[in-house]
Amino acid sequence: MNNLNSWMQLALFVGVLLLITKPLGLFLMRVLDARGRTFLDPVLRPLERLTYKICGIDPAREHNWKQYTAAMLIFSLVAMVTTYALLRLQAALPLNPQKLPAWPEHLAFNTAASFMTNTNWQSYSPEATASYFTNMVALAAHNFFSAAIGIAIAAAVVRGVARQTMSTIGNFWVDLVRLTYYLLLPVCVVFALFLISQGMIQNFKPYDTASLTEPYTTQVQKTDDKGNPVNDAAGKPVMIDQKVDTQTIAEGPMASQVAIKMLGTNGGGFTNANAAHPFENPTPLSNFIQMLSIFAIGSALTYYLGRMVKHQRHGWAVWAAMTFLFLAGVFVLWRAEAAGNPIMTQLGVDPADGNMEGKEVRFGIFNSALFTTITTDASCGAVNCMHDSLTPLGGLVPLFNIHLGEIVFGGVGSGLYGMFVFIVLTVFICGLMVGRTPEYLGKKIEPYDVKMASLVILILAWDILGFSAWASVSNWGPPDPVTHAVTNGTNNNGPHGFSEILYAFSSTTGNNGSAFAGLSANTPWYNTTLAVSMLIGRIAMIIPIMAMAGAFARKKIVAESVGTFPVTGPLFATLLVGVILLVGALNFFPALALGPILEHFLMLTGKLF
Amino acid sequence: MKNILLEIKTSVLALILLTLVVSGAYPLVVWALGEAMFPHKANGSLIVAKDGKALGSELLAQSFTSPKYFHPRPSAAGTGYDATSSGGTNLGPTSQKLMDSVKAAVAQYRAENGLQAGTLVPADAVTSSASGLDPHISVKNALLQTARVAKARNLSAEKVAALVEKYTDRRQLGIFGEDGVNVLKLNLAMDGIIDQ
Amino acid sequence: MAAKTHSIFDPAIITPAIGQSFVKLNPVTLAKNPVMFVTEVGAAITTAMLLVKGQGHFGFLIQIALWLWFTVLFANFAEAMAEGRGKAQADSLRKARTQTFANRIKGTGTESVAAEQLRKGDVVIVKAGEFIPGDGEIVEGAATVDESAITGESAPVVRESGGDRSAVTGGTRVLSDIIKIKITSNPGETFLDRMIGLVEGAKRQKTPNEIALTILLSALTVIFLVVLMALKAYGYYSTVDFTVPVLVALLVCLIPTTIGGLLSAIGIAGIDRLVQKNVLAMSGRAVEAAGDVDVLLLDKTGTITLGNRQATEFMPAPGVTEGELAEAAQLSSLADETPEGRSIVVLAKEKYGLRGREIHEMPDAAFVPFTAQTRMSGLDVGGASYRKGAAGAVRDWVGGRLPKEVEKHVEAIAGNGGTPLVVATKEKALGTIYLKDIVKGGLSERFERFRAMGIRTVMITGDNALTAAAIAKEAGVDSFLAQAKPEEKLALIRKEQEGGHLVAMTGDGTNDAPALAQADVGVAMNTGTQAAKEAGNMVDLDSNPTKLLEIVEIGKQLLITRGALTTFSIANDVAKYFAIIPAMLLGTFPAIAPLNVMHLKSPDSAILSAVIFNALIIIALIPLALRGVRFRPLGAARILQRNVLIYGVGGVIVPFIGIKLIDMLITMIGLI
Repeated sequence: MNNLNSWMQLALFVGVLLLITKPLGLFLMRVLDARGRTFLDPVLRPLERLTYKICGIDPAREHNWKQYTAAMLIFSLVAMVTTYALLRLQAALPLNPQKLPAWPEHLAFNTAASFMTNTNWQSYSPEATASYFTNMVALAAHNFFSAAIGIAIAAAVVRGVARQTMSTIGNFWVDLVRLTYYLLLPVCVVFALFLISQGMIQNFKPYDTASLTEPYTTQVQKTDDKGNPVNDAAGKPVMIDQKVDTQTIAEGPMASQVAIKMLGTNGGGFTNANAAHPFENPTPLSNFIQMLSIFAIGSALTYYLGRMVKHQRHGWAVWAAMTFLFLAGVFVLWRAEAAGNPIMTQLGVDPADGNMEGKEVRFGIFNSALFTTITTDASCGAVNCMHDSLTPLGGLVPLFNIHLGEIVFGGVGSGLYGMFVFIVLTVFICGLMVGRTPEYLGKKIEPYDVKMASLVILILAWDILGFSAWASVSNWGPPDPVTHAVTNGTNNNGPHGFSEILYAFSSTTGNNGSAFAGLSANTPWYNTTLAVSMLIGRIAMIIPIMAMAGAFARKKIVAESVGTFPVTGPLFATLLVGVILLVGALNFFPALALGPILEHFLMLTGKLF
Repeated sequence: MKNILLEIKTSVLALILLTLVVSGAYPLVVWALGEAMFPHKANGSLIVAKDGKALGSELLAQSFTSPKYFHPRPSAAGTGYDATSSGGTNLGPTSQKLMDSVKAAVAQYRAENGLQAGTLVPADAVTSSASGLDPHISVKNALLQTARVAKARNLSAEKVAALVEKYTDRRQLGIFGEDGVNVLKLNLAMDGIIDQ
Repeated sequence: MAAKTHSIFDPAIITPAIGQSFVKLNPVTLAKNPVMFVTEVGAAITTAMLLVKGQGHFGFLIQIALWLWFTVLFANFAEAMAEGRGKAQADSLRKARTQTFANRIKGTGTESVAAEQLRKGDVVIVKAGEFIPGDGEIVEGAATVDESAITGESAPVVRESGGDRSAVTGGTRVLSDIIKIKITSNPGETFLDRMIGLVEGAKRQKTPNEIALTILLSALTVIFLVVLMALKAYGYYSTVDFTVPVLVALLVCLIPTTIGGLLSAIGIAGIDRLVQKNVLAMSGRAVEAAGDVDVLLLDKTGTITLGNRQATEFMPAPGVTEGELAEAAQLSSLADETPEGRSIVVLAKEKYGLRGREIHEMPDAAFVPFTAQTRMSGLDVGGASYRKGAAGAVRDWVGGRLPKEVEKHVEAIAGNGGTPLVVATKEKALGTIYLKDIVKGGLSERFERFRAMGIRTVMITGDNALTAAAIAKEAGVDSFLAQAKPEEKLALIRKEQEGGHLVAMTGDGTNDAPALAQADVGVAMNTGTQAAKEAGNMVDLDSNPTKLLEIVEIGKQLLITRGALTTFSIANDVAKYFAIIPAMLLGTFPAIAPLNVMHLKSPDSAILSAVIFNALIIIALIPLALRGVRFRPLGAARILQRNVLIYGVGGVIVPFIGIKLIDMLITMIGLI
């Protein structure tokens, strides 16, 4: 951590993030206003009008919270079913130069749920499973929609807070269309071109084959005529030598997909290694801009919040609370990874290099730590290092970030609407201490609001803890290739194996999508339960939050005075951080104690599993 | 109910229309612009031999084991350096399996490069990268291999070190990321296939 | 019961409260408090586990079980204590409701019926010495009434038919005269009944804020149930067998038992504190609303100024000495028994050394009382007539003109918020008396404190704007409503409410009723009409309008206490995790030892210490819950900062120390 250059990169990151927050926030004000004007109007206004006309959308008609939520759910469901169908039919669809086969039911369900919910958990290995058509149409389209929907929901919530004695909170279709056309598309075109300039691929050609300068021999499992793996009498795989003299290089339309994957905090990789893959994140600069793009919209939304409620300092207080939690995560993770693994040090590995297992040289310890914190602060889930190979405390950070509800800038939109729940809770718990019944921006927090906020926290805890508990007493993994015995699918034993299971359901509930990727989760049980936890984590969160938005819109605004609970300034930001940490710690400390915390102490004693 | 049907109709129409834009027009526009502006990079930054045969990508590691080549980081992609199956070991910090492999790699690295007893092994040399395709090794790692390569090629250590220096990708714009030596390019340069 | 406060450790309250703690163990009644219900179920399960082998050693288990029961008992005790304090007050009220008989008018005669048989609309006759059988309005006659049973005020008050002093309360006693009363409430619904119900907490409904808080506490309880069940499953994976009693112990420590146990006690105590100030809140909601209020409408007379004006200065007309004027003023007021008249006599005596003369010393003097026609009062003595009165009246009396100087004085006094009285003989005007509204002491500091809390004060007065502005300035109120009619008062409340403000006011007249009903907090004076009392949501038994200020403070204090203890309770959990989680894992994974940051002696002692702390903290906080946290009139940010530091940060730190001390103690005396 005593690396000046890393500190400079961190300062630069926070500085640039701060710098883009206001302009992007102001731009959001225009995009999220059905009559807002932008510099893109000459090109996009006709397209927008055409879209409304074809789809039969009346942009002047606003929805109440139930109509808004219903429209959102119906659209999501239609899109999810479509994706499921496209995945099941992959073999029959175009743009499939590798002739990849159709997907099994549970994997298609898991993936459709995953992309619809902005999770982008990938049970599949992209290069080996997904055709270009699948990537572009079935998956990348969701990257746009789920991102636009997240921002739309956040906007609806903000409108609910800002308005008074009204029943409507905007028109879902207008928000969806305008966000896609005016915000996501234009930024992505520029962003994608930048990524190509850094070395990212964007083509439609078949995979390339390169001749190896130094061919080598490796051992693979023997397969019979039909391509099935062959085992010996004892059930052990029969291994045969295979000469390798070529390297097949996966290709495809990557840049266009990665741009929206990052900007929309989707995180679903074009490749299995995701943003660690040299194509998918070629340079440190592409890494920097990708990290920035994860936070960009979430950060701008705090400005949008401040603007809309005419209380800009409140927006900045929320921004500050998020930044504090972000930096706290970075420091713990960075420190843990830089300290390295004492067991490796004993084997003669240089401890000054830190823990390089599962990391890329061009990013090093710091940029891996930074990316990991960011991707889990937000519900992005792209990874530029392997979370499974992080040190225990290093792995604790992404896990805990997800447990906090991913409200540190968060997934586009979902970060802010998740934060809204914590703000309401903070105001409710601490608000009484100023001697008034709690109020947020002049709106009294009533039993209904607390019920909905509690429900969100309850669902978050229940979804993660319930499923991971179930999984940890079950064996949902693939059968052992040698013994054919049932397994739990973990790639590691001891507490780390438990962490893999916990991380999986945390990631899916939080709609994050990153993984302790050692877990072999591409099995019917895992795919199904993970998909269900993703759907709960998205839909069962949005509904109560939208109900709160509706309730807030109907409320009257109580006048502000020096006797009002302050929602600006360092005190409020501190309280917000305190409540977030406390709720997260109370709900998940026991789980974390049995996973990363226990593993940390075992690692210090040199224990291996 | 009628409202729901209406919303479903809107959903289907919106889905089709928006998909045409974001999955059809958008990637094609990016592709066309990419081909026009950065054709080499958009197509995988391939290194092509004089006979037109692709030798690899500047960005992807390949296996090198002989003493005359610099060795890339261990790879867990497929059976090793498989560019259709990127990934890491996903082994955690208390994994017996990981420590066994690191232990073996340390022993091999020490032996290959004749490391002195007191010299520590660079972490990147014995740990698998995240992608399994990490094109770089640390400068420290490269310099520890320099003597071996120079000896195998009958070159002066200085000459090899100069090549290492040439194929070191420094921090971008002087700030971003970490220094790394591009192993494939360095090895091909030593073979004289690309510019020395 | 007036201002009769009970010591927190009054054995008369503690003893029955201990009994009640056991009665309240009944799970049916406990079920309305989800947190304590779960605790009780946990205690029962742990007790049952005593019979099951393999759950740990008996001495440890029985202690855990006992302390879990104590946790429930302590929470019950807190509630019983709060209720007990109310009960003590209710009992003294109930004595007033002893069997009374009423003489009900039937046809032309009367019949004697028990008070309980009276219905709305009945008319009864009450004679001197009898108890008034129920709430009602005097329809005929006037009487002095002893209302000490209700108000604690021993001086009798006058009640008479018509006007704003016609309401009487059941249980009070007529001291003189005969009155006819129309009963206005059915038995069981009388004011006394409601008071008893309120102070006992029997009819207490949860306020919206309490409901919301209960929802949050229930949600936390459910979350921790899930956490614990998940932990059991995780244990299976990690090959650690968590025993049921230990899991229950952790659960009880984590669920917010502290606030769950004290929540209703805090609410009851809040109402109780109001009762001690002789204010009856009709609902807990009203008390909370008092905390939210940010605009106070204060009647000038009685609240801001002493009820009466006082003479402060004599301003002679040209050619008249001050002494002459003082003497004339004194003479004109000799027989004037109004407070203003008395103050003129006092001023003449104190400032000009004029000996107080008594009217009976002057047998030929004739007192001329004030009438609506003359609008003057005075004295005719020895052929001379002395009059004092409003400038207009005196002007007419002396022949249509006043000296220019006098007119100037009159204007100046009015402009300063005073009331000018012109003194004259039949021949000429002698000068002007400056009658001043005397602003109560210490008010402007008090209003300053309210301003700091973000509360705006508005003075309501019938005076003209000029006078009102002067008084408003002197009193330090933020604004005023001059020449206010009741409709304007109502309109003002509506306007403030539309601007998002919560308004409190006091009132006593029937014409105040709409405004009292519209206000968020309407405090009716007990001397006021029944209509006013029905319309407001609080009644001040002392009929002291200034008390509005204290009501607001009590409301705020109640909310702060609830918030502080909630924060404290939740913050406590951090330490409990650090006590119990390492203890649960230490057996299987000795490597976890460094997580035992408190260095607790053994796993068993760690768990037991946490459970004991969790139970004892309830007892320790009962006095705070009943008394309320100390209230300081500061801005929200500063109050918050203070309370977060004490109850939030303190809530994290205190249990670390507490659990450590308990651990040292129980290992020292060998309990474990």
